[in-house]
Amino acid sequence: MTSQLQATDLSSVKPSKPWKPSKRDRIEILLTLFASVLISLLIVGIKGWKSGGGVGHVYFSGLTQMKGKLAYLAVFFITYLILDFTVSTIRRGTAAGKDAIFRALVTIATTIALFPIISILISAWMRGHKGLHLSLFSKDMHSSAFTDPITHGGLIHAILGTGVLVILSVLISVPLGVLTALYLTEIQGRFTRPIKFLVQAMSGVPSIVAGLFILAAIVYPLSKSFNGFEGSLALAILMIPTVARTSEEVLKLIPGDLREAGVALGGTQWRTVAMVVVPATRSGLITAIILGVARIAGETAPVVLLTGGADTINTNPFHGTIGSLPFYIWNGFLAGTPESVTRAWAAILVLLVLVLVLFSLARYLGSRKVGGK
Amino acid sequence: MSSNNFNNDNQEDGQGEEMSSNMQTPSAAGLAEVAGSRKQNHPGSHAMGVGLEARGIHAWFGEKHVLSNVSLDFWPGTVTALIGPSGCGKSTFIRTLNRMHEFIPGAAMAGEVLLNGDDIYAPGTDVTKIRLKVGMVFQKPNPFPSMTIAENVLAGLKLAQIKQANKDDLLEECLERAGLWNEVKDRLNHHGGSLSGGQQQRLCIARSLAVRPQVLLMDEPCSALDPGSTLKIEETISHLSSSVTIIIVTHNMQQAARVSDYTAFFLADGGPGEMVEVGPTNEIFSRPKDKRTENYITGRFG
Repeated sequence: MTSQLQATDLSSVKPSKPWKPSKRDRIEILLTLFASVLISLLIVGIKGWKSGGGVGHVYFSGLTQMKGKLAYLAVFFITYLILDFTVSTIRRGTAAGKDAIFRALVTIATTIALFPIISILISAWMRGHKGLHLSLFSKDMHSSAFTDPITHGGLIHAILGTGVLVILSVLISVPLGVLTALYLTEIQGRFTRPIKFLVQAMSGVPSIVAGLFILAAIVYPLSKSFNGFEGSLALAILMIPTVARTSEEVLKLIPGDLREAGVALGGTQWRTVAMVVVPATRSGLITAIILGVARIAGETAPVVLLTGGADTINTNPFHGTIGSLPFYIWNGFLAGTPESVTRAWAAILVLLVLVLVLFSLARYLGSRKVGGK
Repeated sequence: MSSNNFNNDNQEDGQGEEMSSNMQTPSAAGLAEVAGSRKQNHPGSHAMGVGLEARGIHAWFGEKHVLSNVSLDFWPGTVTALIGPSGCGKSTFIRTLNRMHEFIPGAAMAGEVLLNGDDIYAPGTDVTKIRLKVGMVFQKPNPFPSMTIAENVLAGLKLAQIKQANKDDLLEECLERAGLWNEVKDRLNHHGGSLSGGQQQRLCIARSLAVRPQVLLMDEPCSALDPGSTLKIEETISHLSSSVTIIIVTHNMQQAARVSDYTAFFLADGGPGEMVEVGPTNEIFSRPKDKRTENYITGRFG
């Protein structure tokens, strides 16, 4: 009897996901969203209508554009919060209602946090794409002025210069930062606490201070000239705390029994750290480097103070002035003509894309597993 | 054998250290005698001394005295199980045997651990050499995450900078001895983490074997594993016991009875942990001399 029942059941069993929202749930969610949009349109629309013009005009053009957007969003979020809470409470009880409030708040916070990023990307594209052309990547500025038509000259000297500055800063700050983190987590000597404090304090150093420090410590007394290396030193000062703190965090995540296992196999502490602990944190250390590069790639003040900003290609950081994207952007805005400002926005776009490519590459390298699996 | 004298009845907490420290040395000596007579294949054991001897081991964490006066001999080719409730100092004790104890901040110890007659705590001792001879398997399987299965097994060679001519043979031998070869021989280049928990633990055993230890310490090696994997590890232990001295900490008394030749019962009765009784496993489990041992193995406490 039982087995027969099971046999019939088995043939008709289909995989299903009963925990997913049902059709009715989905309609409910859509209705809540739709109602919130409608209500906020109504509320903000009435406001806009008072200041003159139709509802549609207020949102998409005119002086009150920013104001209108903000008001629209705020009203929408509040309405959605209340509606979602009410519907959830009625349908599934108080607990579900509170859950809905929390969910809505988290969504709102995320959206608000994403706004600046997205609007930066949009405005960089809107204002910069007119300045994009192929010779940006083949020409420098030695025979063109910023006020020339935008098809004259290019960015190559700035791109290469930024590359040189960043690579040199990485070479200086990654070993120092990672070794500091290893001291803090693996050696835990007598100076752990003061060093931890100093690293934290250093991460708050304004970039102009780092630049002025190199200016006062190296440029004025010693070299008496600007070059890329001095810029890299200042950038490294800014990068070390980021690398050290992030590396420290990932090293702390490595379970102690891995270290014990290494030592129990007859390894010295140094060999255990080098062969077991550091390889285990590889992707975390790459994240640390990414965050460090992110900190410095667009840093302007030390670069303006120390590198001199050449208009021609110079890949030798130890001799002569060197161009860079932040310097180029700064120069472009400084010149102030429509052409130069467009150039600056195009350079911003290039800088953003470069950083993005760099990060994706680092992520890809960091996530690859050993043994090709 | 003389430890009989002290095991007459239920001893109360207050009777304390004096009493128990008296009883341990004789019982350890008793073990030596028993082991000498039981293990005929280890001639000269009474004259030459045993492979690993703990003499009056005490341990502290900061001010806290966690282990008091444990003396115990471990004979080559035997499996010794350390049993007792949590916090009685079993793990602390085995960690003093390969100098892993000193890794815990605030740790201190007293006593001697003689490996082939030399005190491993003597000044000038190369501690990495000690740990090569006295290997360790941990409670949680901990294969090195950045390494493949093969690299994990051979990691000890790299860590201790041992030159090895034929690594493939050693790899196969160690995995074979750990009972893992058949399961992983086709995927030696896979991640160590891709194995199941039980396989990972056998991988860790293979890893310890690659540096050819004389003694293998196992700190609750099966407590994170399912019964099937536990059985496999126990089979591995019995295969290994002919060539390696094994000391295993376990909370599973059936396991102690199944795999060990000798069993030592540890207990912390308010004060520091002590060794209450040691003897051949069948005797400990059939006719314990101390009432506290009997209470523990019959499940009346702990």
